[in-house]
Amino acid sequence: MNNVLTIAGRQFRSYFNSAAAYIVFCLVLAIVGFLFWPPFFLRGQVTLTELFTTLPMILVFAAPALTMGLLAEEKRTGTIELLITMPVRDAEVILGKFLGVLGLYAVLLLLTFAYPIAVSTLGRLDWGEIFGGYLGLFLLGSALLSIGLMCSGWTDNQLVGFFAALMFSVTLFMMGTDFVLQLSGMQVARILEPLAFSTHLEALARGVIDVRDVLYFLSLSGFSLAVAFRSLESRRWS
Amino acid sequence: MIEARDLTKTYGSVRALGGASFEVRKGEVLGFLGPNGAGKTTTMKILTCFIAPTSGTAKVNGCDIWEDPIGVRRAIGYLPEHTPLYTEMLVHEYLEFMGKMRGLRGNDLARRIKKVAEQTALGDKLGAEIRALSKGYRQRVGIGQALIHEPPVLILDEPMSGLDPNQASDMRELIKEIGEERTVVYSTHNLAEVQAACKRVLIVAGGAIVADDTPEELSARAGKSRYFVTVKAPEGKESATVAAQYGRVTGVDTASAHTGETVEEFVIEVAPKGDEDLRAELFRATVDAGYTMLGLERKDADLESIFRELTTKGGSDSK
Repeated sequence: MNNVLTIAGRQFRSYFNSAAAYIVFCLVLAIVGFLFWPPFFLRGQVTLTELFTTLPMILVFAAPALTMGLLAEEKRTGTIELLITMPVRDAEVILGKFLGVLGLYAVLLLLTFAYPIAVSTLGRLDWGEIFGGYLGLFLLGSALLSIGLMCSGWTDNQLVGFFAALMFSVTLFMMGTDFVLQLSGMQVARILEPLAFSTHLEALARGVIDVRDVLYFLSLSGFSLAVAFRSLESRRWS
Repeated sequence: MIEARDLTKTYGSVRALGGASFEVRKGEVLGFLGPNGAGKTTTMKILTCFIAPTSGTAKVNGCDIWEDPIGVRRAIGYLPEHTPLYTEMLVHEYLEFMGKMRGLRGNDLARRIKKVAEQTALGDKLGAEIRALSKGYRQRVGIGQALIHEPPVLILDEPMSGLDPNQASDMRELIKEIGEERTVVYSTHNLAEVQAACKRVLIVAGGAIVADDTPEELSARAGKSRYFVTVKAPEGKESATVAAQYGRVTGVDTASAHTGETVEEFVIEVAPKGDEDLRAELFRATVDAGYTMLGLERKDADLESIFRELTTKGGSDSK
């Protein structure tokens, strides 16, 4: 566990050593602000619905940007070799990397707390909804970041890692949209819908915490991390 | 300390290593020599448990690479080829991180960083960003991290490559110093280096070990010294006559001559029969023949010739 935290800590700090973290933070927060306030005032209700619907969309693009270098860059520069030849297990490397970027994401979520705080001064806010919404965002983030980490492990080119992750994220996101569901017909829609992000986010954003939704995101994360672990391990036999 | 048994490694259809067995004893500095693609790096990656061999096994410090890879890694300090470092980190940050990965904490860690900085003469660069360092300093940081946990075994993959002659000589001294108390295996394709720093040389070519000896013994195997005499002979002399003049000298096996920079100048290459020094005899023979001595040189057979001989036989067809 110590190794995991050491790796996570280094990864977390490395984001702040480069401009990457700041750029992503600024972009995400600027876009959220841009998309949040106009509909908020139009609606005239004390609710954060807009935050919980816009942020997932932005994350689909932002998460791959945060994860693309996690393993790809280490492979390109060769640092992965030193990291892996430390007395650590491959699983610890994957987990450390994941926790490092998850920590960064947590900071990003913390920064958006400005919204509930600002909105709560305008009227009575439903804190159950806020809690559910943030839990949903956190789980969604964890799933997106795991997918990104998995894709980063397949290549030594950051861009490839980015687009592979984007492909998966966008697919999982679009699968739940009305447009796709209507087009695909009843049979296919019945398969697609439970696999999509939005299906599981909606309830959480209303403040309803269903174990199935939580499990959906957790298993998506678990699966991606397991694949990432496998592909890291596969270097030994190639 | 290190015991490799029949290590093989195939990448797809390419055989990188075909049955390498060797041993490295405690406190030995072993030079791992071979042309590019001979299997040096592959062997090192197997020993550090970065990749698994296709067959065969190895033990490092008593730990088997299959059964106890973590134990193997604990015993090894490793510097991969090209010195990969996290360039955005400061030197002391980096050493701290690597120390922590080795399980060092608090005072122990601080003490080790200080010691390592002393050994590698990094003291004044501890606060510098790694990306701002020259190649020589980066290499020292790389060695520093390999030494941080005082490992019994050091594996260094081409630690001298890309260094200027001064830096390389510093590095050689450092490796010698480290080798006094630890087992060091380092790979290189520079022969002079091996002669200067290693107690034992392992030559690999084409994925196989073709020689395993001390540098001195390897040189001895390469054959005897040769002499090169440059003389000025009276005009009109044939090179055959000049060569015959030297062929008669006691102790000379064969002598051949060819003209030098001018028609009067000849360079005679002399192969001796035994090991005794022939320079005095050759000088006397020159005077007796009435030639003027312009130069006399003895060339010892070196590692280079045996290296070339051993590695060109079958060494060019594999990774």
